[in-house]
Amino acid sequence: MTTPLEKMFAQAKTENRAALIAYLPAGFPSPQGCKDAIAVLAEAGVDAVEIGYPYSDPVMDGPTIQSAADISLQAGTGAKEVFSTLKFAHDAGLPAVVMTYWNPIERYGVDGFADELAKNGGSGVITPDLTIEESAPWESAAASAGVNRIYVVAPSTTDARLALVTAQCSGFVYAASLMGVTGTRTDLSSSGHDLVARIRKVTDLPVAVGLGVSTRAQAQSVAGYADGVIVGSAFIKVLLEAESESAGLEALSILAKELVAGVREGR
Amino acid sequence: MNSVEAIGHFGPFGGRFVPEALIGALEQLDAAHQEAMTDPQFQGELAQLHLTYTGRPSIITEAKRFSEYAGGARILLKREDLNHTGSHKINNVLGQALLTKKMGKKRIIAETGAGQHGVASATAAALFGLECVVYMGEEDTRRQALNVARMKLLGAEVIPVSTGSKTLKDAINEAMRDWVTNVDTTHYLLGTVAGPHPFPTMVRDFQKIIGEEARAQVLELVGRLPDAVLACVGGGSNAIGIFHAFIPDLSVDLIGFEAGGEGIETGRHAATITGGSIGVLHGTRSYVLQDENGQTIESHSISAGLDYPGVGPEHAYLHDIGRAQYRAINDDQAMNAFALLTKTEGIIPAIESAHALAGAIEVGKERGPEAILLVNLSGRGDKDVETAANYFKIDL
Repeated sequence: MTTPLEKMFAQAKTENRAALIAYLPAGFPSPQGCKDAIAVLAEAGVDAVEIGYPYSDPVMDGPTIQSAADISLQAGTGAKEVFSTLKFAHDAGLPAVVMTYWNPIERYGVDGFADELAKNGGSGVITPDLTIEESAPWESAAASAGVNRIYVVAPSTTDARLALVTAQCSGFVYAASLMGVTGTRTDLSSSGHDLVARIRKVTDLPVAVGLGVSTRAQAQSVAGYADGVIVGSAFIKVLLEAESESAGLEALSILAKELVAGVREGR
Repeated sequence: MNSVEAIGHFGPFGGRFVPEALIGALEQLDAAHQEAMTDPQFQGELAQLHLTYTGRPSIITEAKRFSEYAGGARILLKREDLNHTGSHKINNVLGQALLTKKMGKKRIIAETGAGQHGVASATAAALFGLECVVYMGEEDTRRQALNVARMKLLGAEVIPVSTGSKTLKDAINEAMRDWVTNVDTTHYLLGTVAGPHPFPTMVRDFQKIIGEEARAQVLELVGRLPDAVLACVGGGSNAIGIFHAFIPDLSVDLIGFEAGGEGIETGRHAATITGGSIGVLHGTRSYVLQDENGQTIESHSISAGLDYPGVGPEHAYLHDIGRAQYRAINDDQAMNAFALLTKTEGIIPAIESAHALAGAIEVGKERGPEAILLVNLSGRGDKDVETAANYFKIDL
């Protein structure tokens, strides 16, 4: 079975370009505002979205995503909202995955989560704090629901472990380009480039790079060596800083188009 | 099928739920810990430190007047409050500081609730010449201002954490963020038996000296094992420390006392095993206070050191297999026991430890004068004088 996400990466490959993947927490800036934002991203030419399941203890996130998660949680976002946002993205023609800390899935029920995800058109789940040592229940659930399992690897991941982790991945491999939490960076070090090169030695899966990308020039540079460029905090920032939701959507559209252009200039 | 083996489990609990970025550091720590446990030189250095710096072995005090309020049961206090820095926290901190040196790292970070672990960490950093950053919830920096000053005097940087509930759980979040960013140079000196493997096992190994000493001391003093061993449980390091040596002694009941806050029925408590459910928090699977979506629920306790919505995975396991039992003690019961020990024995306990003392009153009344109860007096109450003065409406 091929997921919409896998089809999208295959298509981008035939076009010899990288894909742009946007991250937004469900329920942010508001339940409807999130769906409006997804429509804006689709219209701007973004290739896929990651729907964040906001969590109370986001230890891998910097201040921007923490703020967005707080706003979303205050509005009462839970699994229902995550799935309805996923369905909205899917219906808008965007391959969509969920990105979540592990506990909300475990609480929901691992098999039920995978089934509900598939039912709502989701392609897979990015699980940044699920280690492969603890992943057996998720692997069988995801396999029977036919959805992708996307793990995050880091510059500190050894070659031997890269082979183990990527062997459990499907859809794509998420390469965290630097050591640290989410958030925009003015300087992107060379660690992303080196990491992608090491991943390529152990897997043929597409590799998408996240952490720190916020400008057209950065998107262009990463698109030169990766199959996907993931942008989260930069999109959230324009929504957070806007005076109104409609102003935020306008700013989001401008930034998304810039980044879409940047990604296409990469090769 | 998965080709890798799960590690660091206590039955279904424990494990490692962390970003890949931390795996290398956890594996390095695991290896250093395992090597240290069998390395006579490491063990010798640690024993020497405990002898000449911590003040070990800590003594046993029989609380004879307090006993009258506890059904006449014999109450033996393990005096971890007399350790240097005022609590059991120093046992773990010195062990991990030695490991930090062994791993060649120069910077430690720590979280703290009541400030006891932060003070112990800052102390070890001063002793070993390490850079030290302590994360502390903003709410706790107010409750424990004296300990903040102590840490600063010791040369540590104290960073108040203003996210979430502004308490221990959020201090751990912020310490984890620091660690992910600076893992090459930094050791995260976690203060309790929670977190990803190897922390629950390693911290227990550094705290189990409490029970090893106490078991021998009680045998020497009364010629038999105690009927029950009692300790307060937040994350659970002092409790595991005193329980561990007694786990094979099936005649000895192990009883942990969680913070019942304003009462379990009010929802404002920190009694994770008594009032929580199974989940994953801060890298480990255990009991957690959480809502139906898996979001952590804020805990409440008059004691900053017990104010944590998680608990060590080994406690979850001991509970599930029935080897230990866990009960809740609310704020008022704890403060009553705090006042009682102070007035009957001239010992001001930490409010954390007062939960175990309230437990001793309860269990003593159940079992009567024939019973011998060993209670871990895990810390002293100097830091809590202001909280207690407010509670008892004493003018300052």
